[in-house]
Amino acid sequence: MPFIPHTEKDIREMLATIGVDHIDALFDEIPSELRCGELDAIPPGMPEMEVSRLMQTRARADGQPLCFIGAGAYDHHIPAAVWELTTRGEFYTAYTPYQAEASQGTLQLLYEYQSMMTALTGMAVSNASLYDGASALAEAVLMAVRGNRKSKSKRILLPRNLHPTYRRVVHTIVCNQQIELVEVGYDSVTGSIDRAELERYSGEDFAALVIPQPNFFGVLEAVDELTDWAHDNGMLAIAVVNPMAMAILRPAGEWGDLGADICCGEGQPLGSPVASGGPYFGFLCSTGKLVRQMPGRIIGKTVDLDGKTGYALTLQAREQHIRRSKATSNICTNQGLMVTAATIHMTLMGGEGLQRVAAASHANTGKLTQALTSLPGVETAFKGAVFHERVLRLPIEVTKALRALAAHNVLGGFDLSDDYPELGDAVLVCATELRNNDDIENYRGKLERVIQSQVQTPCQLKPDW
Amino acid sequence: MIYEHSRVGRRAMAQAPSEKVDMAGIPDAMLRTSQPPLPEVSEMQAVRHFTRLSQKNFSIDTQFYPLGSCTMKYNPRVCNTLASLPGMLSRHPLAPDTHSQGFMACLYELQDILKTATGMHAVSLTPAAGAQGEFAGVGMIRAYHDDRGDKERSEILVPDAAHGTNPASAVMCGYKAREIPTGSDGDIDIEALKSALGPQTAGIMLTNPSTVGVFEQRIKGIAELVHAAGGLLYYDGANLNAILGKVRPGDMGFDVIHMNLHKTFSTPHGGGGPGAGPVGVSKRLEPYLPIPMVDFDGNDYRWLTERDRPDSIGRLSAFAGNAGVLIRAYIYARLLGREGMHRVSEYSTLNANYLLKRLMETGFDAAYPERRASHEFILTLKKQAKELGVNTMDFAKRLLDYGVHAPTTYFPLLVPECLLVEPTETEAKEDLDRFVEIMRTIKQEAESQPDMVKQAPHTMPVRRLDDVRAARELDLAWKPGD
Repeated sequence: MPFIPHTEKDIREMLATIGVDHIDALFDEIPSELRCGELDAIPPGMPEMEVSRLMQTRARADGQPLCFIGAGAYDHHIPAAVWELTTRGEFYTAYTPYQAEASQGTLQLLYEYQSMMTALTGMAVSNASLYDGASALAEAVLMAVRGNRKSKSKRILLPRNLHPTYRRVVHTIVCNQQIELVEVGYDSVTGSIDRAELERYSGEDFAALVIPQPNFFGVLEAVDELTDWAHDNGMLAIAVVNPMAMAILRPAGEWGDLGADICCGEGQPLGSPVASGGPYFGFLCSTGKLVRQMPGRIIGKTVDLDGKTGYALTLQAREQHIRRSKATSNICTNQGLMVTAATIHMTLMGGEGLQRVAAASHANTGKLTQALTSLPGVETAFKGAVFHERVLRLPIEVTKALRALAAHNVLGGFDLSDDYPELGDAVLVCATELRNNDDIENYRGKLERVIQSQVQTPCQLKPDW
Repeated sequence: MIYEHSRVGRRAMAQAPSEKVDMAGIPDAMLRTSQPPLPEVSEMQAVRHFTRLSQKNFSIDTQFYPLGSCTMKYNPRVCNTLASLPGMLSRHPLAPDTHSQGFMACLYELQDILKTATGMHAVSLTPAAGAQGEFAGVGMIRAYHDDRGDKERSEILVPDAAHGTNPASAVMCGYKAREIPTGSDGDIDIEALKSALGPQTAGIMLTNPSTVGVFEQRIKGIAELVHAAGGLLYYDGANLNAILGKVRPGDMGFDVIHMNLHKTFSTPHGGGGPGAGPVGVSKRLEPYLPIPMVDFDGNDYRWLTERDRPDSIGRLSAFAGNAGVLIRAYIYARLLGREGMHRVSEYSTLNANYLLKRLMETGFDAAYPERRASHEFILTLKKQAKELGVNTMDFAKRLLDYGVHAPTTYFPLLVPECLLVEPTETEAKEDLDRFVEIMRTIKQEAESQPDMVKQAPHTMPVRRLDDVRAARELDLAWKPGD
C-alpha cells in the first residue's frame, strides 16, 4: 500500500489490542446512513512511474515560451544552492515552530529573514511572512486602520496605478469590515499618481495612503513627497514595493522626513520561481511603533535557562491561537518554505548581487524598449522613469498582437486593455536579467512581422515563419 | 548568525550577473545611497550555515511528529520532484490559456477529485491556506444572506473547542463569533446550541471529527436545527484525514467547507507554510466561490474570472493561490487513487486507536475514554500534574529529549493538561510502540526525578527559552554590533 507500512500481522495485532475484528469497526460511531459508498469518480491509483509520465507530458504541453510578462511575477535567476537547501527534509517537512527547542533551525532562519527584510526595506521590524503580495497589502490596510491613532476614518486612498489584482484582493479581504477604498487616478503623461487629484483629498480624514514603488506601469513614484503629504494629512504611508527594486532604490524606511509606516509587497523575486503564481510569499514590515498591530508570526531573540541565545515566536497575544476573535488577523500558517528560500537567496546574492540583478533588469528593459519602439507605431505610453517594466502602445490591436506572438512562442507582455481601456492598445513589458540580446531581438523581429501582417495586409493568411 | 560570517567585499561571486551596470535613466535622488546591508559570505559558508540550521529542526523526515490537528504524515518525495519539472516552475501565472493547458488540466482534475472526496457541488482551489479558506467560506455565507436581503444575521457560532482561526475568520468577515459549549461526551451541547440559534444566526463552523478527536454523531440533527433557523453550516476540514472515503461533509449537510491540502493531501508543511485551503460548496453557494477557477468545455481548459462569475466573493491572491501546493496535492491524489483515499482514514484511525489503547494500558487517561478515537485523541495529564507536579508542558519537552516531536499541547483549551496526539497512517506499529515506551519512561521519571523532567529538554540545541524576555525586550532583527 503506498505510504502505509502496515503488514497483515501488524494489522491483526493492532486490532486485537483495540479489541475489534476489523478496521471498519473503528468507524462505528459514524451513523450508517451517512456513510458514503465508493468514490468511483476518482480515478484508480497509479504507480509513481505512470504519474511521472503523466506529469512530464503535462509540463511539456505548456512549452517553455520566451516570456516578457512581469506584472507581479518576475523571472530571475535562482542560485542552485537555494532550493537544494530549502528542500532538505528538515526544512521541507517541519511545521510551525511551536516547540521552540526542537525548531531552532527554522526560528533562527526566520529571525535572519526578518533582519534581511529590514535591511532591504529600511524599516524597523518585519514579520515572518504572509501569503502573497496582494493579501499582504490587504493586511497592511487593516493594520493601518487599527494603528492610525490620529484618524478615526476607515477610508484608504488607493491609487489606480497599483496592480489591478491587488486592488481587487484588498477589496475582497477588507470589504466586510466597512473599510472604504478611494481610488486616486494617475497622470496620463508620467504614469505616476496624479498629484492634483490627490491634493483634492488634502485635509480629509483617511487612515492611509498606499504608495506603490514602482507602480503597476513600472513607473517610479515621487515617494518622498507622497510620504510627507500623507503624514501632513494625518495618514499613514503604506509602501508597496518590489523587493528587488529596494536593492537600488531609496528604501521605504527613508522615504520623506519620517519614512513609510508600513512596507509590504510580493517576495517572489527573492528566490521563488514564477511557477504559475505560487507559492510565493508576502512580506510585511513596519515602524517599531506599529509592531503590536502586525498580523502573522514574529520571531524574537531571547535566552534559555543557561543564558544561551535562542529564538522563539513572540508577541503571540496578537495571534488567533491565543486571542481568537480579538486577534489582529485570522492568519495561522504563512509561507515558511518560500521564506527559507528567500533568506538563502538574499544570503547568496548579498547586497551587491541583488543590485546587479536589479540594474541588469533595468538595463534589459531599457534595451527592449529601445528595440520595440524602433518599430513604426510602437511608442512608450508614459514619460516617467521606470524600474524594469514599461508600458508600450502598439499600432495594432493589442490582444490580437499578443495572441499572434504567443502562437510563435513569445509571450509579449501583459495586455492592459481590460484593466486600463483608456490606454488603448497598451502592453506592459518586462525583461529581467535573464532575457539577453538574442531574446530581445527575437521579440522585436516577431513583433515586426505581426505588425506588418496586421497593418499592411490584414486579409492575408498568416506568414509561415 | 549568518551575519557573523560576513566580511566586507566577500561574495558568492558566481550567483549574480558578472557585470555591474549603471542605473541610467533613474534620477539620483531616487537611488539608494549605500548597498543594502545583507550578509557578504561565500557560497560554501552559506551552504554550511543553512545545512547546520536545518539540523536543529525536528521534521517528519527525521522524527515521529504526532502533532495533533496538523496531520504530519509522510510527504512523498515524488510530489516535489514532479511539481518542480521545468515546465511547471517556468510557467508564468499570466501565460495565455494556449500555454497553460497542461497546468490547468491538473487543477481541473483536482477540483473534481476534491468534489467527489467531500461530496460538495463545486470547488475553488484558490485559498492559500486553511485560514484563508475559512475567510472565503464565511465570506460566501455572508454573500448568500446579503443577496437574499437577509441582512440582520450578525453571528457565527463556533464550538468552544474550535481552532482559533474560526472565530478570527468570522470577525474578519464582519461577524460576531459566539461560542457554544462542548458537552461532557465531547459532542456539542445541543441545548446550548438551540438557545443560541435565532434570526441573528448566519451560520455555524464545525470540525467533524471535532477538535477533541471524536465524531459528532448528531451532525444530521445539528444541520437540521441550524438550517431551520436560516443559518448555514461551515465545515473546517482540519480533520478530513479521519473520514476520507468513509463519510463526506456534503452528505452530513454542510453548505461550505475548506480542506487543508497540507494535511490530508500530504503537501509539505515547510516550517510553517505554504499550505492550500480549497473551498467546496453546496449548490446554493456555488455563485459565490472565489476566483479564479478552471473550466473545461471538452476540448480546452480556461480560467473562470470576474466576467464569468459576477457574484463571486472575489480574488484572494494576486494569481491563483499556491499553485505549486495544488500540483503536489494533485500528484498525491493520483498516486493514491480512489482506493488509497479509504486507506488514509482507515490506517490513521487504526493507528490512533491502537496508540490510545496502549497508552491507556500504560496508565494514561483519555479525555473521552468512552468514545471511539478518530485519527487523533486527547490524553489528559491532570492526574500527573496534580500528584507529581509534572505537567503536560514538561512531558512535551521531555519527549523532545527522546527524539519525538511533542503532540499538540493545551489545545483544545477546555480539556485540562491535554495532549492532542495524531500519529497519522504513515507510521509503523513499531514506532507507535516506541512512543508508548517513551511515555512510560517519562511517567517513571516524573515519579522518581520530577525536577529533571520539569527542566527538560536537556539535549536540544537550547534549553527552555525565556518567552517573557522575548516579548518584553523585543529583538526582532540583527543589527551591526550584535
